[in-house]
Amino acid sequence: MLSVAIDVAFALLGLSLALTLVRVVRGPDVTDRILALDTLYVNSATMLVLYGLKLGTGRYYEAALLIAMLGFITTVVMSKFLTRGDVIE
Amino acid sequence: MLFEGLVAGLVVTGGVFSLIGSLGLLRMPDFFTRLHGPSKATTIGMGSILLASALYMSARGPGLSLHEFMISLFIVITTPVAAHLLAKAARHRRLPGVEGWTDDDHARNR
Repeated sequence: MLSVAIDVAFALLGLSLALTLVRVVRGPDVTDRILALDTLYVNSATMLVLYGLKLGTGRYYEAALLIAMLGFITTVVMSKFLTRGDVIE
Repeated sequence: MLFEGLVAGLVVTGGVFSLIGSLGLLRMPDFFTRLHGPSKATTIGMGSILLASALYMSARGPGLSLHEFMISLFIVITTPVAAHLLAKAARHRRLPGVEGWTDDDHARNR
């Protein structure tokens, strides 16, 4: 039962990654693209946790945490750049 | 059996919430409404998959598995900050918001 549920969740997450990618390509403004990339980061970290659950190891949490941190820092830096025209003033 | 069903339900719930978040990102009409989808639904989606992982690993492994809660705490703290900064950037770029509302309307209804 659990393996079937994990496969279903993989399919749902893959579909959501595809929809987010459509927004990255189409996004009318650059802020839409940043938001879609942030969502892409979070969804990939979720997928990595799910992969660890599928294999039954706790080896992938650090990678998921790193991806989540990089996504947050990227979003903050790009929004700051758009607002101020500079990252560190 | 019951425990496995609980973990399976949490995993599928997480996938469904992530899908709802991305669907909102794709379908909403303007940027400020688009901001809602990922920043709320994706947080719950990731949180529920992390909770499932924590329950499953704690039941299988030798002790409690608490790394997952570190990731959830990080996500819960950082997602509103990122959304706030993005909304500020969008206001700065004067993106169109709710249809028919100008900056003056927003200022009058503050």
